[in-house]
Amino acid sequence: MSEAVVALLEVDNLKVNFHTPTGIVRAVRGLSFSLGRERLGIVGESGSGKSMTGRAILDLIPYPGEVLADRMLFRGEDLLTMPKATRRKLRGRRISMVMQDPKFSLNPVMTVGDQIAEAYRVHHKANAREARERTLAMLDAVQIREPERVYALYPHEVSGGMGQRVMIAMMLIAEPDILIADEPTSALDVTVQLQVLKILDDLVTSRGMGLIFISHDLHLVQSFCDRVIVMYGGKAMETMPAAELADPSAMSRRHPYTLGLLGCLPELGNPKGRLSTLTRDPEWLA
Amino acid sequence: MASSSGPMTGPATAPSGSGPGRLTRWGKLLSRELTTVAITMFGLLAITFLIARVIPIDPVLAVVGDNARPDVYEAARLALGLDKPLWQQFAIYVGKVFTGDLGTSILTAQPVISDIKRVFPATLELATLGTLVGITFGIPLGVLAAVNQGRWPDQIARFIGLFGYSIPIFWLGLMGLLLFYAKLGWVSGPGRISIAYQDFVTPMTGVILLDAVMQGEWDAFWNGLSHLILPSAVLGMFSLAYISRMTRSFMITELQQQYVIAARVKGMSEARVIWRHALRNALVPLTTVIALSYANLLEGSVLTETIFAWPGLGRYITNGLLNADMNAVLGGTLVVGAIFIGVNLFADILGRIFDPRTR
Amino acid sequence: MGNWTAYLTADAPASRRQARLGQAWRQWLALKQNPLAIAGLIIVISLLLIAAFAPFIAPFDPLAQDLDRRLMPPSALNLFGTDSLGRDIFSRIVYGARVTLFIVLLVVISVGPLGLLIGATSGYLGGWVDRALMRLTDVFLAFPRLVLALAFVAALGPGLENAVIAIAVTAWPPYARVARAETLVIRNADYIAAVRLQGASSWRIVLRHIVPMCLPSLIVRTTLDMAGIILTAAGLGFLGLGAQPPMPEWGAMISAGREQIFDQWWVATFPGLAICVVALGFNLLGDGLRDVMDAK
Repeated sequence: MSEAVVALLEVDNLKVNFHTPTGIVRAVRGLSFSLGRERLGIVGESGSGKSMTGRAILDLIPYPGEVLADRMLFRGEDLLTMPKATRRKLRGRRISMVMQDPKFSLNPVMTVGDQIAEAYRVHHKANAREARERTLAMLDAVQIREPERVYALYPHEVSGGMGQRVMIAMMLIAEPDILIADEPTSALDVTVQLQVLKILDDLVTSRGMGLIFISHDLHLVQSFCDRVIVMYGGKAMETMPAAELADPSAMSRRHPYTLGLLGCLPELGNPKGRLSTLTRDPEWLA
Repeated sequence: MASSSGPMTGPATAPSGSGPGRLTRWGKLLSRELTTVAITMFGLLAITFLIARVIPIDPVLAVVGDNARPDVYEAARLALGLDKPLWQQFAIYVGKVFTGDLGTSILTAQPVISDIKRVFPATLELATLGTLVGITFGIPLGVLAAVNQGRWPDQIARFIGLFGYSIPIFWLGLMGLLLFYAKLGWVSGPGRISIAYQDFVTPMTGVILLDAVMQGEWDAFWNGLSHLILPSAVLGMFSLAYISRMTRSFMITELQQQYVIAARVKGMSEARVIWRHALRNALVPLTTVIALSYANLLEGSVLTETIFAWPGLGRYITNGLLNADMNAVLGGTLVVGAIFIGVNLFADILGRIFDPRTR
Repeated sequence: MGNWTAYLTADAPASRRQARLGQAWRQWLALKQNPLAIAGLIIVISLLLIAAFAPFIAPFDPLAQDLDRRLMPPSALNLFGTDSLGRDIFSRIVYGARVTLFIVLLVVISVGPLGLLIGATSGYLGGWVDRALMRLTDVFLAFPRLVLALAFVAALGPGLENAVIAIAVTAWPPYARVARAETLVIRNADYIAAVRLQGASSWRIVLRHIVPMCLPSLIVRTTLDMAGIILTAAGLGFLGLGAQPPMPEWGAMISAGREQIFDQWWVATFPGLAICVVALGFNLLGDGLRDVMDAK
């Protein structure tokens, strides 16, 4: 990051704790990273704290949870001391998030067009007509062919792939600097996954945004991201350039957990008799 | 679930929900609903028939009294059709009900159906205002509780709701009269309207407030309102408890949905997330709840009208009970049951209209 | 104490009993967090104690009339005053706890198994049996409970036993609904299939696996229903259709105090408060239990 003036996001020793009647559940325990105008992948199993990291950045950790960090800066501004209202204004406008399943993350009783227009109007002074035009343009940008018709549809009337494109349009219409994509294609059919990723990639690149791509899919992260953080039990096991995931010569430098994850994957050209299962070392969480 | 997800899986159904397909869907739905209503109505008639003819040891005695002469007894037995087999009696009973013949009231010596027509507007007035009270206070209370789940506003709302479930409605009415009428003098006492105003308003709709407004009798209107306010507040308390608890539970479900998080991610204010996104979704099941609470107030009115000497359907039924007027009791019961069924059907349809997924 | 806590909160219980006790312990901990639920529990336990020890608590015979001391206001001697026949209202309320418990227990004992039977049969057999039984349930649900109970009592004749029958006849449908829904879910669960594959008999499946799974929601349902039963019974008593005089039933006592409400307020007020407190107790407890046991 030497050439970048100020990183978009800097996170130092992030912790997310949930206070439950039976004790404290530590979802994230001391994660540090910084994000420039790049595509950063976070991989890990379910429960590794990767989604909670995204939520913590957005200040959307629900009630019994608390977020602690030594430092959390957005373009040099301190997110930790910022008033709640200011952080809300950052959401959508500066930092946004595409969620996993459009079936559940779109409001079922509002037309998709109204939901996108609403995202524009929270952050920009615009009348209904301007917002509608921006929305139609945005629908066009995510390659929806008949924006006018789709505008008036309800979420249950659109397919999964189209729903996720609507979601991307909704989250990018206010032109944020950072997009967090939390398993954005896991709920989609394999055939449309690549198409949606392509749209996402084009928009992120052309607008010069920073992308945090949260996924459990090593192959996807490797081909889609610039850098990768491997998370386990709320901690970063290691951070590396994405290309090294596929580089056999770099394997000796890999963390045993990363090697374990890679070992679980089947390979088309090189069938294994029995896929290995992960062995986890409690030492890693010490 | 299975039936509704069926057409969704086809990839070619994107522009669904319009054209003739929608009409046949509605037609099918309506016919299914109407079948359900017909079966339930039939069951309703069977139960009232059972209560009238089968449970009493001797239905004739219930009509002629214990000391009737044998020839009077026999005449009454034949008049009731009790010499015929049970299924024929039932068929006759159903036929009579469908022609609007619910028998004659012993107490008023009038056909029960015309009695009910006369008293029903008073009950309608009471139940409507009670439900309005319940909606106005119950929904905000429930939303507040859900948003602050587990914290003090939730505990207060929970207490109010449970209190409304725990209070005998007739006792609440008595206490209200004691405090607001006898001690404070803020409202008028029992009855629908003071005798002084009774002749000012000619019954047109039967709903005194409407009639008074239509005839420009404002004094009578205010007097009627001051009679109405306490009983409808009492019923409203009941409705408030129900509506607020259901609102809370629906809102908690909605607030956990992903689309709520998505709305927050967009930067929407919390107020907008709650009132526009979540509540709008919660309103779909809430329509049914509100309709049910409306129907429940008809039941609440049985006891409330007794306390407030309110000349409505509830008082008609209890008066019938106390005077062994079985025709009046069963006629009233049947009408209340039929309204229950009708209101449920209406709520079902309204809920479907509110939900774009079933529209 | 420390040992016990460790035993109860173990992450990996060694025996089935430890797991069960551990779960009960966690539920109790959660319930203890809810002051309203604890208040409800205290009220319900107090009701049981008052009913059990009524002769020791009540200072007077609840039926003893003292016509010289009619309609006396509350005082040190008559805590809640006296009624129009000079009977001590406090003593009548204390004994009334027995009447209330009697009604509630009788209704629950008859309604619980009936609802469970109809619901489980409906859910387990499915097909036309299910449709017919659920249709019947719907018909009963289509009636407002109190109105239907009124009509039944009108046909059966007034009295405590008939009131109980009428309430029971109108109270079973929700239980059947709950039991059916639970049975449907459990019947198709994988672990039931697993138990069946191990060769367990139907009896064993129902008693050891389905009933325990149904129990939490039925317990919650019953506790919450208690208040409704108490209110319906009081309503019938108020209309003169339930317990007959001179039995000290709370609803009937309110009815008796109605004529004097503006002059001798205490006659109708205290029995009503008693109903309120007891119904609230059951509601608070049931509500707390639902949060803890029936987290769905």
